[in-house]
Amino acid sequence: MPVTMQRRAFLAGLAAGGSFVLGLTLGADADAASPSLTKVRGGDATPSLFIGITAAGTIELTCHRSEMGQQIWNAIAQILAEELAADWDRIEIIQAEGHPRYGDQNTDGSRSVRNNFHRLRVAGAAMRLMLIRAAAKQWKVGAKGCRAELGEVIHDASGRRLGYGELAAGAAEQPIPSLKQSEAALVPRDQWRYIGAPVPSLTVPKIVRGQGTFGVDVRVPGMLYAVVARPPQVLGRLRSCDDAASKQIPGVVASVELPVLEPPVRFKPLGGVAIVARDTWAAIRGRAALELEWEPGENADYNSKAYAELLFEQVREPGEVRRKRGDVDAALAGAATRITAEYYVPHLAHSVMEPPAATARWSESGDAVECWAAVQSPQSARSAVAASCGLPEDKVTIHVTWLGGGFGRKAKPDFVVEAALVARAVGAPVKLMWTREDELQHGYYHTVSAQRLEGGLDQQGRCVAFLHRTVFPPIGSTFTAGASKPAWGELRLGASDTPFDVPNLQLESGEVPAKVRIGWLRSVANIYHAFAVQSFAAELAAAAGRDQKDYLLELIGPPRTIDPNTEGAEYDNYGSPMSDYPIDAGRLAHVVELAADMAGWGRTLPAGHGLGIAAHRSFVSYVATVIEVAVDDQGTLAIPGVWSVMDAGTVVNVNHAASQLEGGTLFGLSNALYGEITAKDGAIEQDNFPRWRVMRMPEAPRHMEVKIVASNAPPGGVGEPPTPPAAPALANAIFAATGQRIRRLPVFDTSRRDRLAVAGSRHEGDEG
Amino acid sequence: MSVKLRVNGQAHELEVDPETPLLWVLRDHLGLSGTKYGCGVAQCGACTVHVDGAPRRACVAPIGSLAGRQVTTIEGASGPHAEAVRATWEGLDVPQCGYCQAGQVMSAIALLERVPTPSDQDIDHAMSGNICRCATYVRIRRAIHSAAASIGGQAGQAEASEAEEER
Ligand code: FES
Ligand code: FES
Repeated sequence: MPVTMQRRAFLAGLAAGGSFVLGLTLGADADAASPSLTKVRGGDATPSLFIGITAAGTIELTCHRSEMGQQIWNAIAQILAEELAADWDRIEIIQAEGHPRYGDQNTDGSRSVRNNFHRLRVAGAAMRLMLIRAAAKQWKVGAKGCRAELGEVIHDASGRRLGYGELAAGAAEQPIPSLKQSEAALVPRDQWRYIGAPVPSLTVPKIVRGQGTFGVDVRVPGMLYAVVARPPQVLGRLRSCDDAASKQIPGVVASVELPVLEPPVRFKPLGGVAIVARDTWAAIRGRAALELEWEPGENADYNSKAYAELLFEQVREPGEVRRKRGDVDAALAGAATRITAEYYVPHLAHSVMEPPAATARWSESGDAVECWAAVQSPQSARSAVAASCGLPEDKVTIHVTWLGGGFGRKAKPDFVVEAALVARAVGAPVKLMWTREDELQHGYYHTVSAQRLEGGLDQQGRCVAFLHRTVFPPIGSTFTAGASKPAWGELRLGASDTPFDVPNLQLESGEVPAKVRIGWLRSVANIYHAFAVQSFAAELAAAAGRDQKDYLLELIGPPRTIDPNTEGAEYDNYGSPMSDYPIDAGRLAHVVELAADMAGWGRTLPAGHGLGIAAHRSFVSYVATVIEVAVDDQGTLAIPGVWSVMDAGTVVNVNHAASQLEGGTLFGLSNALYGEITAKDGAIEQDNFPRWRVMRMPEAPRHMEVKIVASNAPPGGVGEPPTPPAAPALANAIFAATGQRIRRLPVFDTSRRDRLAVAGSRHEGDEG
Repeated sequence: MSVKLRVNGQAHELEVDPETPLLWVLRDHLGLSGTKYGCGVAQCGACTVHVDGAPRRACVAPIGSLAGRQVTTIEGASGPHAEAVRATWEGLDVPQCGYCQAGQVMSAIALLERVPTPSDQDIDHAMSGNICRCATYVRIRRAIHSAAASIGGQAGQAEASEAEEER
């Protein structure tokens, strides 16, 4: 049974006689193809990723990516076990701490497998060769006559076999095979035992027994508990604080004022006052008893209603051209039919079920700090803590726990910095918890956006002009004060890469200021871009009097590859080379056809039902989703069925990829139905469930079918690509069922409860 | 003030404010961290435990109200229903991040103890208080049906009525 171990114990164990550690030095993601390998002995901690075999035959694998439900422990173990020809039951996972020696550890962007697949295979194959050679040497036979299987090397001619544990010491004496030799020894696809198989999760058996350590579960001796009262507005500051009543509460130990936040906000704490107590409850009560006055600061003018108007004003003005094919203006002017639509997607909160939490303990001498935290990016946590505490980075240790959901929130380590600062101030280890209210009101929000699309159809209803304008406060504002221009990195997420086969196409962007911390949330800008583009595709189909699915396929066009770089866009393809991962119209069309087939597209539906479809490429994978809705004459909406197909290239665990497809689709659907964060005078209005609403069991589809396309293409992203098609597929289904076009999300804001309006315009800003 | 209660069969006597919610007593004082915090206001179900066999949200259960009661947490859940739920949860790899799942499992066990063969509507009703942001709902539903099938209508029926009598 795989277990986590303390790193120190691991190294000490391996340093004992007879063990063999292969360290694999991971370079930057760009040179993913060529790992360099180093042997390690005696606990030398220089190389970046450890594969160890102990004398007892246990295989210890270090996972340098964060586990947050995407089953990265399994993925890394399955890839390595395959090439090592290991016995699955002898594998143990050790979670790496945050350190540059592991290369890139930032677990977002759906790239853990994409960027590590090949080099982990090479490392595993190299180690297998060394084990085989060690056995051959011992038996005095040729290595060619030996093979490895399930943790043993076997000499078929004589029937002799030796376990990896027995061979570990000898294998360590073997030279490391060259990259070429190791690549030549990779297990052929048709012989894969673990890669692609639905190998059961390494974490689930613990989870169902209440075992395993999340960030909130860390305990260190002598630990105190803290919560923080933060300024309601970003860049607001404390005017006065009276903690007399707090200190009366039994268990409250201290209050600690946090430093005032200066722009840019980055991953720095927001400021405010921490209450430190003997348990979490006392800390929460102590915080409630604080008498606080705040200076609201420059963001106190942020009101979501007025800001939406600003976005719509902007989106109606010509923007900066970011991609250009043909002449859109002329084509629109000459079109037989012209269609315009404006879309709005609000701020969203990550709403990770485990709110941010971190524990910090300072050294006796006060010159080093050790933190335990649920972080997606332990190296950013290390830098942020070092910067805020005035320490060199090598005095900061970040232990990564399991993450109770990440979705991008836990890539921002402000909460780890808070824990380190508060622990230093009180001179004791501190676990700092965010309550749900904190998580919703002080987040790094998914941005708010308005988009305008204009389309021109010719006499036959074919699309000849496609103009897309997008306006949103950018993520860059979190890192550069005042940044207001969308980055190429945001446009490439579903805007600059629209794969439509239309002769005249243009992308424009506008500029607006950020008034809260803008972050990234599962699939990021793809959420709003895919919502607009895929809704508009169905609007064009309706204008042309055509079937949505057929028209979408026509827009996608014939199988071909598309390169936005040739049309004025700077397109970096999610950091993957275009040669290996082209934008492939054929693969996109293929998932559309598969999803439509699975859903029985074109079948006769009961009255009040409608089918909607949407497809999107993101993180170099392709997903299409069909949603069936049922709307009764009261306007009550139900979702009887959802069908999703994903082509993510080579998939390491087909069952876990299916889980992501289910969960990612419903995550998108939950946000589309209910998700909305609003600001009033700069403060966030949603404080807890249910004012911030997410999908629950009765709202989940009763019928959901997913399919992972069997593919030999290199591995693409899996965690994020399922989310973008959900919202437009839903809107398209609602249109099919009712004739109502949802252009503003969420479908159900608090005023609309669970009913769709019967008729008429329901929102300011709905036009077209 | 001292409060006495039994958790997973073990007796405890604690010096805590009787208003303290059970959740924080379990997590901070007894070191039973399997029960999770998700909202603190009985809206998410992450903190679901059984009190005398019935599901309760530990975040809103003052410890003072639980004197002499039997509390069961995810760590201590046992018996045929608990084992069937764990087995189907593992068989289908239901959890993703797993954070909400202690609550989901405790709610599912309580449902199956009460209703041996739950309908989809029973599941909607019993599980609607448990939020999963990873949105594992489809698999939770499937796993509850399959746990019910694995326990078997007959056996399940007998235990349910026994449990009913004990209450
Ligand atoms: S923490 Fe108790 S219901 Fe959410
Ligand atoms: S499994 Fe992650 S919240 Fe439910």
